Amino acid sequence: MQTLEPIVAELPLFKGMDPGHIQLISGCAANARYEAGEFIGRAGQPADKFWVVRQGRVALEIHAAGRGSLLVQTIGENDAVGWSWLVPPYQLRFDIQAVTATRALAFDAKCLRSKLASDPGLGYELMQRFSQVILRRLDAMSLQLLDLYGEHEGEHE
Amino acid sequence: MSETGAAAAPVGVTNGKDPMRPEPWRIVRTLPETHDTFTLALEPVEAGTPYAFEPGQFNMLFAPGVGEAALSMSGCSGRVRQVVHTIRAVGRVSRTLQRLKRGDAIGLRGPFGTPWPVAAAEGHDVLIVAGGIGLAPLRPALCHILEHRERFGRVSLLFGARSPADILFAKEIETWRGRFDVDVAVTVDRAGAGWHGGVGVVTTLIPRAQFDPTNTTAFVCGPEIMMHFTQRDLARREVPDDHVWVSMERNMKCGVGFCGHCQFGPHFVCKDGPVFRYDRVASLLGIREV
Amino acid sequence: MRNSPSAEVQRSTIERQDLDRLFELLRARGYTVMGPVVRDGAIVWDEVAGAGELPAGWTDEQEAGRYRLRHADGPALFDWTVGPTSPKAALHPAAVTLLRARREGHSLQVLDGDAPPAKRAFFGLRACELAAIAAQDRVLLGGAVTDPVYAARREDALLIVVQCVRAGATCFCSSLGTGPQAGPGHDLALTELAGDGRHVFVAAAGSERGAGLLAALAARPASAEEVRAADAAVAHAAGRMGRVLETDGLRDLLAGSLEHPNWEAVAARCLACGSCTSVCPTCFCVTTEDFTDLAAAGGLSRRVRRWDSCFSVDFTYIHGGNVRSSRRARYRQWLTHKLGSWHEQFGSSGCVGCGRCITWCPAGIDITEEARALRQRKRGKEASHANA
Repeated sequence: MQTLEPIVAELPLFKGMDPGHIQLISGCAANARYEAGEFIGRAGQPADKFWVVRQGRVALEIHAAGRGSLLVQTIGENDAVGWSWLVPPYQLRFDIQAVTATRALAFDAKCLRSKLASDPGLGYELMQRFSQVILRRLDAMSLQLLDLYGEHEGEHE
Repeated sequence: MSETGAAAAPVGVTNGKDPMRPEPWRIVRTLPETHDTFTLALEPVEAGTPYAFEPGQFNMLFAPGVGEAALSMSGCSGRVRQVVHTIRAVGRVSRTLQRLKRGDAIGLRGPFGTPWPVAAAEGHDVLIVAGGIGLAPLRPALCHILEHRERFGRVSLLFGARSPADILFAKEIETWRGRFDVDVAVTVDRAGAGWHGGVGVVTTLIPRAQFDPTNTTAFVCGPEIMMHFTQRDLARREVPDDHVWVSMERNMKCGVGFCGHCQFGPHFVCKDGPVFRYDRVASLLGIREV
Repeated sequence: MRNSPSAEVQRSTIERQDLDRLFELLRARGYTVMGPVVRDGAIVWDEVAGAGELPAGWTDEQEAGRYRLRHADGPALFDWTVGPTSPKAALHPAAVTLLRARREGHSLQVLDGDAPPAKRAFFGLRACELAAIAAQDRVLLGGAVTDPVYAARREDALLIVVQCVRAGATCFCSSLGTGPQAGPGHDLALTELAGDGRHVFVAAAGSERGAGLLAALAARPASAEEVRAADAAVAHAAGRMGRVLETDGLRDLLAGSLEHPNWEAVAARCLACGSCTSVCPTCFCVTTEDFTDLAAAGGLSRRVRRWDSCFSVDFTYIHGGNVRSSRRARYRQWLTHKLGSWHEQFGSSGCVGCGRCITWCPAGIDITEEARALRQRKRGKEASHANA
């Protein structure tokens, strides 16, 4: 069976990492497929996995009483879904639903967390890379909040 | 005179006429685009009046008794018999124009401003990044590029709208998407049920766009914050600042550099812009209330 | 300080009593004559019929936020510097109808606006005012597009300078090389010599038109002593400027000081009243307003152009709000434009050193002090780096 190492090594998230670390991470990785509409994870559940989308689109959603499911943001190819696995209490913050049929690499968080304990270098490396993901996600959400294309108070001529 | 690095001087600014005197033009077609945006197609009342413009330029459209507004052309450029504007109705003048009907006459002065440097982009990959109504001034650039497709490398359109209902030129976007020689990605800031496309701001489309950062020209238009964040994400992909072009917007009363309103640092947005090379305005964009 | 005129320029002498003949000559050639008059406690530009209307025996006292006229000893007509108004209002009018428009059914007719007035001769321009006209020429006539309103009024304007022999407390034309000696572009440059039993104007022609006037007046050649006295009087004024503007590297200093803490300090005092822009002879900003004439049948409207100021709250309005909302940003815009970016736009400073903005600011804000404050702090910064 082909290992996932070469695929993992090419992901933007892990590109340039030490081959030893790539090997460790790949040991916790598996291919995954989801059907359109399938719920990949639910808010509040333990964050046992994180994913990198290979093909398709995945939505982050929040369920609001009376309003139903609200789509916050979609994640596409080569982007990472989920970082709650790195930070206590290791709980998913959003519902994660596949919008289209989706192929992804699923990473077992428990498997990875145990490896982090024995290899602090790996932990620092992953923390750095996921911080980048979080930063970009925050930037994007800030812009979304600003509602740049909307009409706002004080608009008149 | 401040530099902008634009390829050519504006076309036909006054032709010896009074630059503040509008010519009468007639509405030949009016079309609602979204709930607050509409398109006007105009032709000169005096038949045969020559008119030519370059992508990215604008006219001052005059609603008599109400006022003028600086509005970019949104139709294909060159020597044209009709001029097309796609307008967001957010103020007195634009709301007045929205109520007009086929056959009504308005005043027109122009074209004014520096254009998107499409000629200088030949041989490059082209990345067009549009936010909201920003797609309107970019459409003539895309039209020109598609009319001369073989002169350019990979061409991508990244478009962000507020919601699916606010997607401008939706049918045309599908036509562009259907072409094999253009990459089109559309995202919305928020979506209701029934939308299966991307949700998130337009900058989220940049990491996945296909272009060679060492040989790309980017044309960016939208709210200032969006243009600033777009440049940042382009920089992350190593597109140099001197290959990114933005279209600035400021209050304009004359459009020809006399009224002083459109000044942005030392630049008059009406005549040194609206299209600017990013590195030439980068420091100004970083300062509040300039 | 401007160099003395070359020995080549022949000077003539006009007697005080011959001034009326000069005015008649100008009117005979179709000019409306504009000159300084005393009105409402200030010396302002207005139409003048004869030399008797000029401010004989008046002098002014100016300081930051202060202007007073008082009687002077002697018969001099020009023993003062500048008043609140300048020829700007005549060449770049405060309000003008640009066009009228008539909508009838589907048609639109664009009709003429105000016709320009008869040509004007300006008697008693100061060198700074002449320099201001040159600055506005560059703005309104010097680019690819020219302003027809200004062009029509400027084309035939006849410019007669009377050089200052006294400098005011808020004057600093010497710092900018705009005076007190008249620069190029004048038709006549006069220097008044009043006292010691004489009252004459030593005159130099700056154009053929000016020379023609001197010939028609039959003005006698000036004596060597008169020439010396005139030059000395102007030199005397040049050395007694009340203010100094340090122009060395000023443009770059301003470009690099956009976040300087001094802007906050001056904003606390500035009222954003726009007086400075109103009295400034080079400020050119205008806005347009459209009016519907409800009384007229057939949808007649007109478009008026009037002076505007970068201090107006909504000067920079675009959908969503004003780009320059704070007073800090608006004051910064005015000063950095006037003394800095004007250079990049028009090839010279926008300031002519007339000092009006200092005199007429109700808060007494001094443009030369504000420029100095930016420099001071910079020096302080450099010093502290050197010590670190």
